[in-house]
Amino acid sequence: MSQQDLMEARNSAPVNGKETPRAAARRHILDLDDFSPAEIQDVLDSAEGMAEVLGRDIKKVPTLRGRVIVTLFYEASTRTRVSFEEAGKVLSADVINVSTSGSSIEKGESLLNTGLTLQAMGVDSIIVRHPHSGAPNLLARHLDRVAVINAGDGMHAHPTQALLDLFTIRRRLGRLEGLKIVIVGDVLHSRVARSGLWGFSKMGAKVVLSGPATLLPIEFLSSNGDARALGGPGAVEMDTDLDRAIEDADVVMALRLQSERQEGGFLPSLREYVRRWQLTDQRLAKAKPGALVMHPGPMNEGIEISTSIAHGAASVIEEQVTSGVAVRMALLYLVAGGGEGK
Amino acid sequence: MTGDITDSGALLIKGARILDPSQGLDQVGDLLVSGGEIAAAGAVPADQVPAGCRVVDATGLVASPGFIDLHCHLRDPGYEYKETLAAGSRAAARGGFTTICCMPNTEPPIDTAPLVDFLKRRSKEEAVVRVHPIACISKGRQGKELAEMEELASAGAVAFSDDGDPVYDANLMRLALTYSLDLGLPIANHCQDCSLSARGVMAEGRVSSRLGLSGIPAAAEEAMMARDISLAELTGGRLHVPHVSTAGSTALVRQARERGLAVTAEACPHHLTITEDWVLGGQGAETPSAGLRAYDTSTKVYPPLRSQQDVDALVEALAEGVVDCIATDHAPHEPVSKQVTYQDAAFGISVLETAFGSTMQLVHQGKLALNQLVERLTVGPARVLGPAFEQYATLKPGTPADLVLFDPSREWVVETSEFESLGKNTPLAGVTLKGQVVATVVEGRLVFEQQGHIGGNRNG
Repeated sequence: MSQQDLMEARNSAPVNGKETPRAAARRHILDLDDFSPAEIQDVLDSAEGMAEVLGRDIKKVPTLRGRVIVTLFYEASTRTRVSFEEAGKVLSADVINVSTSGSSIEKGESLLNTGLTLQAMGVDSIIVRHPHSGAPNLLARHLDRVAVINAGDGMHAHPTQALLDLFTIRRRLGRLEGLKIVIVGDVLHSRVARSGLWGFSKMGAKVVLSGPATLLPIEFLSSNGDARALGGPGAVEMDTDLDRAIEDADVVMALRLQSERQEGGFLPSLREYVRRWQLTDQRLAKAKPGALVMHPGPMNEGIEISTSIAHGAASVIEEQVTSGVAVRMALLYLVAGGGEGK
Repeated sequence: MTGDITDSGALLIKGARILDPSQGLDQVGDLLVSGGEIAAAGAVPADQVPAGCRVVDATGLVASPGFIDLHCHLRDPGYEYKETLAAGSRAAARGGFTTICCMPNTEPPIDTAPLVDFLKRRSKEEAVVRVHPIACISKGRQGKELAEMEELASAGAVAFSDDGDPVYDANLMRLALTYSLDLGLPIANHCQDCSLSARGVMAEGRVSSRLGLSGIPAAAEEAMMARDISLAELTGGRLHVPHVSTAGSTALVRQARERGLAVTAEACPHHLTITEDWVLGGQGAETPSAGLRAYDTSTKVYPPLRSQQDVDALVEALAEGVVDCIATDHAPHEPVSKQVTYQDAAFGISVLETAFGSTMQLVHQGKLALNQLVERLTVGPARVLGPAFEQYATLKPGTPADLVLFDPSREWVVETSEFESLGKNTPLAGVTLKGQVVATVVEGRLVFEQQGHIGGNRNG
């Protein structure tokens, strides 16, 4: 990006007269483990400005005009892919969607060669979702002219989801520090939980994990839930008893329970899972008054969350989706150089 | 290689520290090699040195019996794009190995006598070190019926293994141990309970959890090892445990020894020196974030790299002698099979050329004496293979002149472009190691020489 482009990008930044974010230049977004609390703060602030743009009659600003963004999705997705596409288009970038069917991926082209091909076409950013952990890291390591944004990789990370969760909570509750956040369900296989752990703990919230012992990382069973065991910054708690874990929670987040988990033998039956870990009105009553209910989607209503909770007053699940567009706008802006400088 | 040595057939190595654990020898002196045999070790009378003999000044170097590798993958036949007999043997020579035993997970698998014979004949033509085939335990490595073990042994197989896959059926393992009783060859079963390792790609623990990679619990190795040890006790069979990697496994082997069972064990250089933290990238350095270097596929290996606690237990067991020897499990791969996601990457590390340099770190750290290290690379593996191999693990006069010269304190950087192996897949690329092989001699022939490192002149 030339100096002039950079100036233009900055001048057209729709951040509502706020100061230019102070985060250092960021090339890739792979996980939140390399974000400082200040940088997370900046992204959330920047997303507020983006949310204002989304509220306008004409949702279009020229910030990323002339930029080419590719969404490269090796897994099905509705909200993440569409919200990235919308985010790019509102910022005037050209967005191209590549999925496994109908592309050379069907012919067996490797992830790396697909990435090199897209780079050779001059794309500026690749937003990648892949069933294998570390796929975005592989692309980022080998592509020297492209920004890589992780839209979910295997069981590893989903940093943009974690940031939109932080954004949603901060908007509703006004703060993140000191909150008690309960994450319920299949933590073991969850990239949402892993990135959430980084994000929440960096912002000073306390995380309690709950779910069947077979679906909690084994380290949490053996280390009394010290997140440092995960390479994380602080302590988290673990409690298989959701009725106890949920007491005084500010936020309760249910994770999607994949049907394969029962087939894989992690659960005796869905019936027993529902009985012990479904988010119900009765259980939510034990949380703090005004507690928020979240879910990264897609939901299995009637399994990890009851229908009345999913669509009830405490639910901010649709708001999470709305936040997703604003946060992803802020992130596209960040890797385009918008976060550079002081 | 270097033809001028065989011309006169004689080589005089002067002023080396001669370290020969087979005789408890550790002294500065001269070594005379003639007619493919050790002619004299220690003091060499001047009148014994033939005219035209090449003289090598080995001051500051250590001379020991050549290293023996019980466990490597030469990929030949079938996977010649990963490694060949010729390239793998040159890699062995560069690593100081004079005898190597290659695993039968080739295509076709080495499960009949003609295939053993084929490998042996080709090795004579193409390999610069001694190559001994290990044959399959079961036909086609299918784990269903025993291979023709006696014929395989008669053709020259030195051990049996379905390596890469375990013998899953406990009864077949029992039968293999029993049937081979009169053959006296070790049965090396790859210990992996596949229902426990499932789709795991690295050690289960802190790092796998952080990176979201499926973990392989230590119990996947230990459960099958415990079974095999019970079967060794039941049958009196000759069990060899390959690539021991966990603290629990070392305890199992120790108990088996205490019960007097004929159980031997090996450990690999990588399991003795590096940990699961290397999967995070940064070659073991503290990494605050996973970042670009994480998911380093060159660290993907079975058994997986484990915790520091496992490494410490393994080194202790090696020092104690509970683990008999170091074996490389050299597993070369073509670049493409590692330039993929961690989940898709092939298991295996190219080890032959770094084995000595990396395990020398244990000596420099004071965890192992130099003579212990040399013992675990020579006498140890020879003991596992049986009495016929003693002659290759000694510098006694009259034995085959298989020896290595190394500089224990020379520092060098691992450059994969210099590898003789076709497999450049090592997590040690760019790492500085202290301790380097300088020359390797097989049956009196200089098969590897570190350029410009040993002096030499002709004795007129």
